Amino acid sequence: MDTEKAREEQGLSGVSKDQREVRQRDEAALPGEAPTLGMKIEDLSAFYGSFKAVTDVSIDIQANKVTALIGPSGCGKSTFIRCLNRLHEVIPGARAEGHVMLGDQDIYAKTSDPVNIRRRIGMVFQKPNPFSKSIYENVAWGARINGYRGNMDELVERSLKHAALWDEVKDRLKESGHGLSGGQQQRLCIARTLAVEPEVILMDEPASALDPVSTQKIEDTMEQLKQEYTVVIVTHNMQQAARIADYTGFFFIENMGDPGRLWEFDETEKMFSNPDRKETEDYVTGRFG
Amino acid sequence: MTRSNTKTSRQEGSGQDFKESVSNRYRLDRAFTWLVTGASLVGVVVLALLLIDVVKDGSSMLSLEFLTSFPSQVFPENGGIYPALIGSLWLLGLTGLISVPLGLGAAVYLEEYAQDTRINRMIEINISNLAGVPSVIYGLLGLGIFVELLAPVTGGGSVLTGALTLSLLILPVIIVATREALRAIPDSIREGGYALGATQWEVIWSHLLPRALPGALTGIILALSRAVGEAAPILIVGVSLYQTYITRSPFDGYMALPTQIYDWISRPQEVFQNSAAAGIVVAMVVLLLANSFAIWLRSRYQQRS
Repeated sequence: MDTEKAREEQGLSGVSKDQREVRQRDEAALPGEAPTLGMKIEDLSAFYGSFKAVTDVSIDIQANKVTALIGPSGCGKSTFIRCLNRLHEVIPGARAEGHVMLGDQDIYAKTSDPVNIRRRIGMVFQKPNPFSKSIYENVAWGARINGYRGNMDELVERSLKHAALWDEVKDRLKESGHGLSGGQQQRLCIARTLAVEPEVILMDEPASALDPVSTQKIEDTMEQLKQEYTVVIVTHNMQQAARIADYTGFFFIENMGDPGRLWEFDETEKMFSNPDRKETEDYVTGRFG
Repeated sequence: MTRSNTKTSRQEGSGQDFKESVSNRYRLDRAFTWLVTGASLVGVVVLALLLIDVVKDGSSMLSLEFLTSFPSQVFPENGGIYPALIGSLWLLGLTGLISVPLGLGAAVYLEEYAQDTRINRMIEINISNLAGVPSVIYGLLGLGIFVELLAPVTGGGSVLTGALTLSLLILPVIIVATREALRAIPDSIREGGYALGATQWEVIWSHLLPRALPGALTGIILALSRAVGEAAPILIVGVSLYQTYITRSPFDGYMALPTQIYDWISRPQEVFQNSAAAGIVVAMVVLLLANSFAIWLRSRYQQRS
């Protein structure tokens, strides 16, 4: 039926029965049993209908490192990062072309299960979006629907501790997630992402809606997170990228209406002190953007 | 440019281009406030007059016997509303059981799954149109499908048939209200769910439906209230105007409050007029109780979010 086909294209319907073995293979790659995976993107382009928003990006995301993506507004950074966990195609009419390797598996292959990919590659959004449930349920829900069979109380506590939120909420786990401050809500969103034990954590401007104190806490958390996970962050704040990222990629478009492309990618120190390309240098020194 | 040529707008008009007196404008403001207050009072006053009139006329008949007796033409003073009350409660229950899941399901499909094609847009427009179709038409539809075509399944003119017909009648209202409620939920909630590796259904069941429930319940309350008060469609699909037994199964015949009231009111004797008034009071109490339950349910879900 048309709806089914459309849902498959949108990456919403999961896998069919024949592809279940692939899912079992995916499940086997838990962080405790194998080293953290990096990602390798080859010639990724992203479209909204017929409009090309991102073109031919190739990039190596190193495991256990923080990679920052910077660039002026409208250069396709958010679109690009959403392609990394197949969230881009959920928008009707949107699609991506190219290869995105998580370890040795192409997440865009026909045999890859988008629902499972999104568990393994988590995402934290710009505006905190906790669920309308208790703090406990916010963290537990993702794990529960993914079939977590261990001790849920332990998992919730562990995740909240990892997200540097446990001490502030341990006495009010039954209260609504909406009752927290912006910074706390964002850390709650980080906690729930950690609860499903991903391998990569994507962050789309996670601190841009927050005050400086919360931002500092989030940045400290990211320093801790990279020991166990691979982190990719989109940020408008260049100082933030310089502070926390090991690698930085600069996105740019020359003319309005062009698709965004990766202009330069290197270790953060080099990008900010001695970049190869003029546009990169102009941007990081604040001449535009 | 010399300074003398460039006057600021404050110097230019020195406030004299604007009318000093604001009192006329305040007068208009007050008049308008009274007007809209009056408009809303009209509804309240009419309702109050109706209630007073009905309670006055019906008070002579209202009693426990009234609630537990069968209607009687021979001894109308001893007549009651029992079978009609039971029949309407059956209708309320069955219609709710049928129309709520169907309405919620249809709304979820149309809002979350269906693609934005021309066909689906036409469906959306037509569902709103269906809400305005005269209820008699639904009665005719019910006659053809549920009474005649599906007689072996429904038992002909049974309370099940009545409920199915009323369900068709109120389905568009429930669908529209639920869709509006779903549409009001920001996409960030859906994205948050998908980003944790959830399927579409898991996001809908765990996050969207609970959040949409208050808005959907508003539509459901309105819809069920309307269903309980409808006389025309159930007259066509076979509601009884007199029964010697109480409805005990979905396949039994049934009486209903609106038709019983209609029956009494069309008789000239005062006792029947009073009985009709008492029947109206009973119908209002039933609706009030049903609405209160639904409002309580809605406020529970609203508190959670």
